[in-house]
Amino acid sequence: MWKIRGWLSQRSYWILAAVGLAVPLSLWTALTALGSVNRVFLPGPYDVVHRIATWFQDDDLLTDVGISCFRVIAGWALSALVALPLGLFIGTFRVVQAVLEPLTDFIRYMPAVAFIPLVMLWIGIDEGAKIAIIFIGTFFQMVLMVAEDVRRVPMAQIEVAQTLGATRGEVLEEVIIPSAKPALLDTLRITMGWAWTYLVVAELVAANSGLGYAIIKAQRFLQTDKIFAGILLIGAIGLAMDQAFRLIHRLAFPYLHARS
Amino acid sequence: MSAVSCRGVGKVFTSGRTRVVALENVSLEVADGEFITLVGASGCGKSTLLRLIAGLDEHTEGEIEAGGVPVQGPGADRAMVFQNYSLYPWLTVKANIKFARQLAVHTHDRTSADVEAASGRAEALLGLMGLAQMAQAYPSQLSGGMQQRVAIARALMTRPRILLMDEPFGALDAQTREVMHDLILHVCRLEGCTVVFVTHDVDEAIYLGERVVLMAPRPGRIDSIHAVLLPRERNPAMKHSAEFLSLRSRVLERIRETSGLITDLELLRKLSQRTTLGQPLQDTSSANAP
Repeated sequence: MWKIRGWLSQRSYWILAAVGLAVPLSLWTALTALGSVNRVFLPGPYDVVHRIATWFQDDDLLTDVGISCFRVIAGWALSALVALPLGLFIGTFRVVQAVLEPLTDFIRYMPAVAFIPLVMLWIGIDEGAKIAIIFIGTFFQMVLMVAEDVRRVPMAQIEVAQTLGATRGEVLEEVIIPSAKPALLDTLRITMGWAWTYLVVAELVAANSGLGYAIIKAQRFLQTDKIFAGILLIGAIGLAMDQAFRLIHRLAFPYLHARS
Repeated sequence: MSAVSCRGVGKVFTSGRTRVVALENVSLEVADGEFITLVGASGCGKSTLLRLIAGLDEHTEGEIEAGGVPVQGPGADRAMVFQNYSLYPWLTVKANIKFARQLAVHTHDRTSADVEAASGRAEALLGLMGLAQMAQAYPSQLSGGMQQRVAIARALMTRPRILLMDEPFGALDAQTREVMHDLILHVCRLEGCTVVFVTHDVDEAIYLGERVVLMAPRPGRIDSIHAVLLPRERNPAMKHSAEFLSLRSRVLERIRETSGLITDLELLRKLSQRTTLGQPLQDTSSANAP
């Protein structure tokens, strides 16, 4: 049972996963049901579910979810659009790496939140500004991860193609990209998670809708149940997207999941 | 004309101020259709020499020609088989073997007859390598021996004139390796290609090669070249023949002499003279102290 990297049946895995979720949930329920904690500090699960229901009925929850999803996906997709080709070149050509990687490494340590005033100054306070914040938070990490994925392509795979007569372009197209694809999809999945963590920050900028904005507003009115609801909703959406990525991974790369 | 011709080839690796001479003054002629093996202790530059012939690294001195043309980078006339991790895991066995067919060098002037012939050749190679059942499998579903058979078939697909093999059976178990030896001899005779085969296994080098090139380290160089006076048609029984055994002991002796192993042994002997068995070094030194 405690064997290092041991085996666990599908059934036991899901039972344990359910226990892992059920224990904190029941502790939370018990703690609030006993009435020992003020509801303002810790609302109960029922309060949160109730808040989600009224939010859905009276406060246009779906609009908030929709606009937040749009911002996150737009910022993330924009960053992927630039990071994928750039990372491919950084990971393939040492010259590009020398020019861009130290610079990217430097910028990625800068706090995305601190860019808010600059973004407002340069881009304004429209949708673009919110997308820009998510882009800044995601892009620089993503480039480095893509470059690393590309560098992990085994040299032997590249050299075999060269000795079979492949040109530089063919090596990129027929070997490096297909070889790195599964890792790239994982990178996209992980950075999607990071994009979500920048949502609240992004919606600090003159927003009047969205899950992050709702959390900030609830903070002002001490609606702890709504803060809980917002956080849990973001978690649930993130989890769903993560699972979708894993499903795509299984469908797109059957060779990684094939067993003899 | 030689298939491969190396004249005064040298390779120096420089990083910062350190210079490492990996190869010095290597001259070697490989005849057309010859099966030659490079053997030697680690650090003798045998893999480096192979990579220079492949064009994967650049030589810093001398000249290398393949088929009479100076080597200036990798080319489709010199296919290489690596020790491992070189198959494309996202392609099936058959697609791996046909990989080279989609490259521009092999697609010009292509007629439908060519395409058909290529398909036939892929099938033939699958059969020859005993992979017919596995055509649609992925590399991860194959054993190590099967994976190397796919790698060899892929290299042979476009009929390269020269096949370069860098310890291709190094990661296989002894039994599988013996099977692979007879297979590769058979296939290469059938294909008529020139083979340069790198190994650190002396038995393998003698069993496969028409000539064995013995290399020595520090700096990497050719120590001696030994013709293998066995019939070209090899069979496992020959491993017990007098010629095989005497060549084997000569080569092994020479490797021991050139690899620096002897100095290591002498050092060990000296060290052990200063201590008696079972007692740690420091005890004897304190006992000797006045």
